[in-house]
Amino acid sequence: MGDKILMKGAEVIGEAAIKAGCRLFFGYPITPQNEAPAYMAKRLPEVGGTFVQAESEVAAINMLYGASAAGYRVMTSSSSPGISLMMEGISYCAGSELPVVIVNVMRGGPGLGGIGPSQSDYFQATKGGGHGDYKMITLAPTNLQEQADLMKNAFDLADQYRIPVMVLSDGLLGQIMEAVEFKFDIDPSSLPHKEWAADGRMNRKKHLINSLDLDLDGLERHNEKLQARYRKIEQNEVLCEEYSTDDAKICIVAYGTTARIAKTAVEMLREEGYKVGLVRPITLWPFPVNHLLKSVKNPATESFYVFELNAGQMVEDVQLVVNGTKPIRFYGRMGGNVPSPNEFVEKIKEIY
Amino acid sequence: MNDMKQIFKVTPLLSKTKRSYCPGCTHGVIHRLVCEVIDELDQFEKTIIVVPVGCSTLAIHYFEMDTVQAAHGRAPAVATGMKRAMPSKTIFTYQGDGDLASIGTAEIVHAATRGERITTIFVNNGIYGMTGGQMAPTTLEGWKTETSPYGRNLKKEGNPIRMCEMLSQLNGPAFIARTSVHTPANIVKTKKAIRTAFKAQINDLGFSLVEILSTCPTNWGMNPVDSLKRIENETMNYYPLGEFKKVEGL
Amino acid sequence: MKFELCAAGFGGQGVMAIGQLISYAAVEENRFALFLPSYGPEMRGGTANCICIVSDRQIGSPIVPNNESAIVMNTPSFLKFEPTIEKDGCLLINSALINEKSQRNDISSYYIPANHIAAEAGNKIVANIVMLGALLKLKKFAKTETIQKVIREKFEAKGPKIIEMNMKALQMGFESV
Ligand SMILES: Cc1ncc(C[n+]2csc(CCOP(=O)(O)OP(=O)(O)O)c2C)c(N)n1
Ligand code: SF4
Ligand SMILES: [Mg+2]
Repeated sequence: MGDKILMKGAEVIGEAAIKAGCRLFFGYPITPQNEAPAYMAKRLPEVGGTFVQAESEVAAINMLYGASAAGYRVMTSSSSPGISLMMEGISYCAGSELPVVIVNVMRGGPGLGGIGPSQSDYFQATKGGGHGDYKMITLAPTNLQEQADLMKNAFDLADQYRIPVMVLSDGLLGQIMEAVEFKFDIDPSSLPHKEWAADGRMNRKKHLINSLDLDLDGLERHNEKLQARYRKIEQNEVLCEEYSTDDAKICIVAYGTTARIAKTAVEMLREEGYKVGLVRPITLWPFPVNHLLKSVKNPATESFYVFELNAGQMVEDVQLVVNGTKPIRFYGRMGGNVPSPNEFVEKIKEIY
Repeated sequence: MNDMKQIFKVTPLLSKTKRSYCPGCTHGVIHRLVCEVIDELDQFEKTIIVVPVGCSTLAIHYFEMDTVQAAHGRAPAVATGMKRAMPSKTIFTYQGDGDLASIGTAEIVHAATRGERITTIFVNNGIYGMTGGQMAPTTLEGWKTETSPYGRNLKKEGNPIRMCEMLSQLNGPAFIARTSVHTPANIVKTKKAIRTAFKAQINDLGFSLVEILSTCPTNWGMNPVDSLKRIENETMNYYPLGEFKKVEGL
Repeated sequence: MKFELCAAGFGGQGVMAIGQLISYAAVEENRFALFLPSYGPEMRGGTANCICIVSDRQIGSPIVPNNESAIVMNTPSFLKFEPTIEKDGCLLINSALINEKSQRNDISSYYIPANHIAAEAGNKIVANIVMLGALLKLKKFAKTETIQKVIREKFEAKGPKIIEMNMKALQMGFESV
């Protein structure tokens, strides 16, 4: 296990971003991710980077807009109420085709809610959240190693597709400590120059970063271009883990923190002879349709069980794939409560 | 017994709920002063408090009057909506420095310049208490916080913001004052200022705000006594006490 | 190998450090570790607790329905966590501050006057390390040398005196059960 270091989840986000070549962080304090900006405030000056505590999340996301327009890797981290405030800015980033990385360490809502772990921002992240027809690539780590690894994916995908990318974490993954190994260390100066950036004309033709188009056809064409890009992402960038699904009578679908608990539940059930499997979307958008379809078509699989820390938001995406062919059940906890694997085991046994 | 004068009475406006403020935190004494003034002005039954996001969000349980909890920084807008709907009621916001002077700067400036007939109790402890000690817009030069780990550097983190001075430039406010609660004498002066502020609202004179220099022993990493001394020795040098605006008739 | 611990007490009693030191030791010994602290304003002045899991395999659920072992440093923590210990589990009680006795006969309870032992070692602030020493003896979740190493690393900045005091507290805790 070589050079694994024990770190807090929120700090892993910060260090992984630095190792992914990010030197700019703009953010505003909010529990349960305060250790991320605190880490960056300390660490970024050591590596020649810049940390600014914005006056609000509204300002923070627009600082990202500016730094991204300048052609640099940039990120913020926040939690649910703060992410809501960023929605306008994210929509502008999507419209202006700006790569930015946003980490949401989700907590329970609605409103001020609480500070316990939650997954109740699934819709907000995967369906848009802000105004307009746009998408955000949404990555959902299940442990701290993956939280570190996916930070690089986030920056790479953002740059490749010029799109906002959200890392959808939660209060638990923000607060736990686990050992992680950073598998990359990118020198920002080695990153390709962004040809489109508004970084001063310097004897070339003008670059424009903009989301306004008053010409109806022009705006439609712009939207078509974005949609074509989204289709490409759906084809090429899906990440998903399948665990013990081949002979599974019941297929669990869960992501993030819930998935790691579900995985323990699957192990417990398998030990007792119950044939249960797990499909774990790592990209929530693009949703792993084809991976799930395998279980839909698998004659061994009789039904699906969705586990989430919300009232059943991903269920809608699962329904679209299963399309009425097999029953789908849902069990979720809310308010910051996190179930133990035994709760899942009970639920499965009830219907097995 | 008859010749004994009552010198202290527990204000009925404060609930008996157990407080969750840290030992030595001055949020508690400010709560008491506000309640005493509202009681003495006979406003209890018609007052509504708008509670912010910060340590004093927990005040949703501490005041007996009707209470509305607002989003972070938006209390003056919420209070505006309430006052416009119910002009005869007494509406006040209770806000921390992160809430009022960072995320909520737009709301407080515009409530003030509109001359909203609301009162704001602004508790300035120079730090984000609730979230565990990050830099606030009011944090003084050199102070080490979670997000200014090398000490606030004016070149990088900018200058601390003086809200009273700024807001008193506007025409809307009727009363703007800064006080402190670090000594008994200053507590008496603070109560007087809070009273004047509510009078400005009740007499329909304009917007009113009292900024109160407060402590956060927990996140300052100091004991309560040293925290009070810090107000005298550091905070007050940058944030002078006094009345910055007081219209005629007050 | 799988080991689970819940450590609880007043803020300032160093219960988080117990969980963290065990986690550091596990990583040092190439095992998987997970440390989950309670967080937010509920900790203010009140009780803090943490869960720590050590395993030879990747750790799935960070939530355990029942605690396999627990260290309770004050009475509120005793009342809260004593009922949650699983059968045949192990409960270490700081009897310097907790007068209650466990009524359960399906678990092993140990009464350790951690504050007094710590005072003997040099200062009552190392009561947490006393408990860590006792637990180490009972559950052998790491090599003693590894725990000593991570303690040395953690307190390096505080100087040799503090390190020595912690070592003494660890040893005395070890011998107390
Ligand atoms: C939109 C949003 N951003 C951030 C937060 C997190 N938050 C809660 S309280 C607080 C700061 C409070 O500081 P201050 O206003 O100074 O009050 P104090 O706790 O010091 O009394 C922050 C940033 C939030 N709840 N909502
Ligand atoms: S954190 Fe600071 S402001 Fe909040 S209750 Fe404690 S001392 Fe008061
Ligand atoms: Mg404050």
